[in-house]
Amino acid sequence: MRYLRQTLTIAAKDLRSEIRTKESLNAAISFAIVILVLFSFAVDPSSEQIKEMSGGLLWLVFAFAGALILNRSFAREQNNDCLDALVSSPIPGSALFLGKALANFVLLTVVEFVSMPIFGILYNMDWMRQPLWLAAVLLLATWGITVIGTMFSALTVNLRMRELMLPTLIYPMMIPALMAAMRLTTLLINGEGIPADDWIWVKLIVGFDIIFTSLAVTLVEIVLVG
Amino acid sequence: MREKILYGAGLIAGLYLVRNLYQILLVLPDEVDQGAIYRILLFHVPAWITCFSAYFLAGAASVMYLIKKDMRYDTFSVASVEVGLAFTLIGLATGSIWARIIWGIWWTWDARLTWALITCIIYAGYLMLRHAVDDPTARAKNSAVLCIFSYASVIITYKSIDWWRTQHPGAVLSIRTGGGRMDPAMESILFQNAIALLLLAGVMVAVRMRQEDTQREVESLRRYAHAAV
Repeated sequence: MRYLRQTLTIAAKDLRSEIRTKESLNAAISFAIVILVLFSFAVDPSSEQIKEMSGGLLWLVFAFAGALILNRSFAREQNNDCLDALVSSPIPGSALFLGKALANFVLLTVVEFVSMPIFGILYNMDWMRQPLWLAAVLLLATWGITVIGTMFSALTVNLRMRELMLPTLIYPMMIPALMAAMRLTTLLINGEGIPADDWIWVKLIVGFDIIFTSLAVTLVEIVLVG
Repeated sequence: MREKILYGAGLIAGLYLVRNLYQILLVLPDEVDQGAIYRILLFHVPAWITCFSAYFLAGAASVMYLIKKDMRYDTFSVASVEVGLAFTLIGLATGSIWARIIWGIWWTWDARLTWALITCIIYAGYLMLRHAVDDPTARAKNSAVLCIFSYASVIITYKSIDWWRTQHPGAVLSIRTGGGRMDPAMESILFQNAIALLLLAGVMVAVRMRQEDTQREVESLRRYAHAAV
C-alpha cells in the first residue's frame, strides 16, 4: 500500500511539473502533428494505400513523439541535482521508476488521443469503428514502450549525446511491441475485429509488457543507485 | 606461457577448420535439391551457434558483474559481444548468399531474418553505449543492464522459426527435430565446424580481453599521471 502511494506520489510530481511547464507535452504534440503532415507527402493521402499502412504510420508518430517525452523524463531531474535527491529519498528505486513510467504513460496516451482525431481528419479515416479494442491495444502497447523508454532514459541520463543514444537504443528494443501494435491498429482502424490468426500479436504485446516490466523493476535499482 | 597456450589453441582451431573445409569441399557430395550451395549451411549454422553462445555468455557475465561488481566480468562481456557481433555478421552474410542462390533475392523481411538483423543492431547499440560513458564503473554497470535486456532479442531470433511461419527454413538439426531432416554425415561436419568456430571465438575473446585489460591499465595510469601533475 505504501509502495503504491510512493509510486503515485512520484507520478503526480512528474505530471504536475509537466502540466505547469508543458515543455515536453507541447513539443511532443506539435512534433506528432508535423510528422502526420509530412507523411501526406510520402504517400498519396487519398488512396486506399493509407488504410493499409495506417497502423504503421500512427505508431511511428507515437514512437517518435514518445522519445521526446522519454528523453526529458530523467534529464529534467539533472538540474540542481534533483536526481540525487530522489535517489536518496526513502522510496525504493522501483517505485521511483514505476512512478516515472506511469507519468510518461499518461503523457504519451494524451499525445495519442490528440493525434488520433487529427489523423482521422487529415486522412479521411473513420477510425472509431472498434473503439474499445483500439483503446486496449493503444494502452497495452503504450505501456510497453514507456517501460522500455523510461528504463533506458534512466540508463542514458548521464551519457554524452544522450538525445542521440536514447532513440538508437530504444527503437530496436521496442520492435516487438511496435510490430504487434502496428498490425493490430491497422486491423482495428479498418473496422475488422481481431481474427483468430492475429491473436498471437495480442499475446506478444502482453508478454512484452510483463517480461520487460519485471526486468526493469528488478534492474532499475542497480541503474539508479549502483 | 598463457600466450603460447592461447596462440596454440588458435592454431588448432585454424587447422581444424582447414581439415573441415577439405571434408566439406572435396569429400561430401552435392545435396539432392540444392546442389553445391548447401555447403554454406555448414558455416552458416555454426556461425549462429557461436554468436548465440557468445551472447549467452556475455549475458551471464553481465548478471555476474551486477552481483559481484568484479571488472573481469565486464571485460569478458564486452569481448564476448564484440566477437559475437562479428559472427552475427558472418551469419547474416552467409545466409544472404544462400538466399540469393536458392530464393533469387538477397534479403526478405521474414521473421527470422528481421529478428537476426534487429539482434545485430541491438548489440551494435551496446557497443555504442560503451563508447558514450567515460567513467569505467558507470560504463560497466549500464552496459551490463543493457546486455541483459538485449538477450531477449536473441531468444526471439532463436524461437522465431517456431512462432511465425517463415520463409527461412525451419529447424533441421537432430537435437531439435529428433533426426531425419539432415544427412548424418553432413550434420556431423556441421557440428565439427561449430566446435572449430567456438574454439576460434574463445581465442578471440581471450585476446580481446587482454586488450581491454591493457586499455584499462593505460586509462588508470593516465588518471594517475593527471593527479600527480
